[in-house]
Amino acid sequence: MTESAATAPAPAYYAERSGVIEWTSLPRRVVTIYVPLACFVVILLFPFYWMAITTFKSNEELYDYKNFNPFWVSSPTLANINKLLFETDYPSWLVTTMTVAVVSTFLSIFASVLAAYAIQRLRFKGSQWVGLAIYLAYLVPPSILFIPLATMVFQLGLFDSPMALILTYPTFLIPFCTWLLIGYFKSIPYELEECALIDGATRLQILWKITLPLAVPGLISAGIFAFTLSWNEFIYALAFIQSAEKKTVPVAVLTQLVEGDVYHWGSLMAGALLGSIPVALFYSFFVEYYVSSLTGAVKE
Amino acid sequence: MATRTERVALPPIEQSWLARLFDWKPFLVFICMLPALGLLLVFLTYPLGLGIWLGFTDTRIGRPGEWIGLENYISLLEDRTYLTAVWWTFFYTLVATIGKFVLGLWLALLLNHHLPFKSFLRAIILIPWIVPTVLSAIAFWWIYDPQFSIISYILVDRLGLLDQYIDFLGDAWNARWSLIAANVWRGIPFVAICLLAGLQTISPSLYEAAMIDGATPWQRFWHITLPMLMPILAVVLTFSVIFTFTDFQLVYAITRGGPANSTHLMATLAFQRAIPGGQLGEGAAIAVSMIPFLVFATVFSYFALARRKWQQGGKDD
Repeated sequence: MTESAATAPAPAYYAERSGVIEWTSLPRRVVTIYVPLACFVVILLFPFYWMAITTFKSNEELYDYKNFNPFWVSSPTLANINKLLFETDYPSWLVTTMTVAVVSTFLSIFASVLAAYAIQRLRFKGSQWVGLAIYLAYLVPPSILFIPLATMVFQLGLFDSPMALILTYPTFLIPFCTWLLIGYFKSIPYELEECALIDGATRLQILWKITLPLAVPGLISAGIFAFTLSWNEFIYALAFIQSAEKKTVPVAVLTQLVEGDVYHWGSLMAGALLGSIPVALFYSFFVEYYVSSLTGAVKE
Repeated sequence: MATRTERVALPPIEQSWLARLFDWKPFLVFICMLPALGLLLVFLTYPLGLGIWLGFTDTRIGRPGEWIGLENYISLLEDRTYLTAVWWTFFYTLVATIGKFVLGLWLALLLNHHLPFKSFLRAIILIPWIVPTVLSAIAFWWIYDPQFSIISYILVDRLGLLDQYIDFLGDAWNARWSLIAANVWRGIPFVAICLLAGLQTISPSLYEAAMIDGATPWQRFWHITLPMLMPILAVVLTFSVIFTFTDFQLVYAITRGGPANSTHLMATLAFQRAIPGGQLGEGAAIAVSMIPFLVFATVFSYFALARRKWQQGGKDD
């Protein structure tokens, strides 16, 4: 099932269906649909609200539930964010994370486009086996690869360098992106390529001038997904990077902001909030692509 | 049309040997597959083999190991921490997966109704899945704080249901249930959005026919929704089981395996032994011992899935 075909007919079904099934009365609807839905939304979003509200609390307010209502900030302060930005290496963590995510995303997209094109369009002997192998590669979790990868990273002299992350992230990005792009390429009519072939275009010209422009939504989906996955990555960054200023945001917040047994919840929450905002912003621009690539990938 | 005839009339452009090479299919296939397969072979297939080999050696950080056969595995079989971790990994996977799928399916069914702001709702529901796991885990860590937990505050000070604050992460079973809750919380959006996409492809005429035949809502769910959802459910289930089984981030961020190693998953224990502990061989053996289950889960779901496809008259592609 291709992406466009999967999402397009949905609203139509849905409008028809709503006419059939939803003849229950309003109070019943409130109890069976709106109340549970509201509970879900509140529970799913509460940790972020709590994260945000803690960020802006001063220390006396943070640890005093008797005199202050914990669900609100009475005197908001930027002290935690200030401390994070100017007294820690937070800006450099952000830069590292961003660089690693962007470079490994572009590397993976480049490799995946070529691979998906070869598997789906050039159709060589055994191409479906290569496709299956790439699919299986996605099911190999980082938790069983990080120990041998750590020894490799040591031997290659990449330990404690962002290069180690840039080269290892594609192991989970390429399978996902290739898989997604094969689905997109499938939805592009073969006839367009045949026309171009008859007009004397080379295979690479066809890929560059015909297939890729038509697959732009797929490229965007794969790109934002890869970016999010690399921003979220944790175990490789934890194992391969040692010096404090070169860590990525998720690792650094967990390992650098905790000093001994004293947890500075204010700055920890500020770190978590600021680390989430770039992906959340990114997400808000591309919601539809996320939803479509998520569901498209599962259906493939 | 005019432009096309003009182009045909032009004398054929002499192609360089390079252009012809790139149009030669075997070479083109090779070039196209090279970056992806090269990266995957070097950084995925090779480490996978290396990991299995490391499991049979006594390698430590900074010292190449020697072949010691099954010694690592034999000593693990007598290691209570490891056995607890294996048991807890299975328990965690089972309970968290059931929780995610029951709640996720419920949420998907709710979202499948005619609702105002539907796409907005769908967008905000995915947020827990978008935000880096470790960062939301840190929020959970703060929510589970023994002294300032907001859950304890609501239960004790606001509602008066309990008379003392819950020690979420200090007690083995409390910590385990807290981790499962956090994992379910993070997994619900993914399951719900995927299943929602599956629900939207079910033809409404099936429900109409069932209603004319007098089917109750429960019968409609059991005999139409669930069977029609099965193919997509199987895929999502495989993914969810595999990634829950090999989970690392949540446990590492919230409890680091504590209290007293009672919440170590196999992945966190492997990390603990291999990187801070320096016992690469033993850590690799722990990680490798996860592989049989992963293979079993993949093969099982593949055959379950193939059967469904065949039953519905679809062809295997």
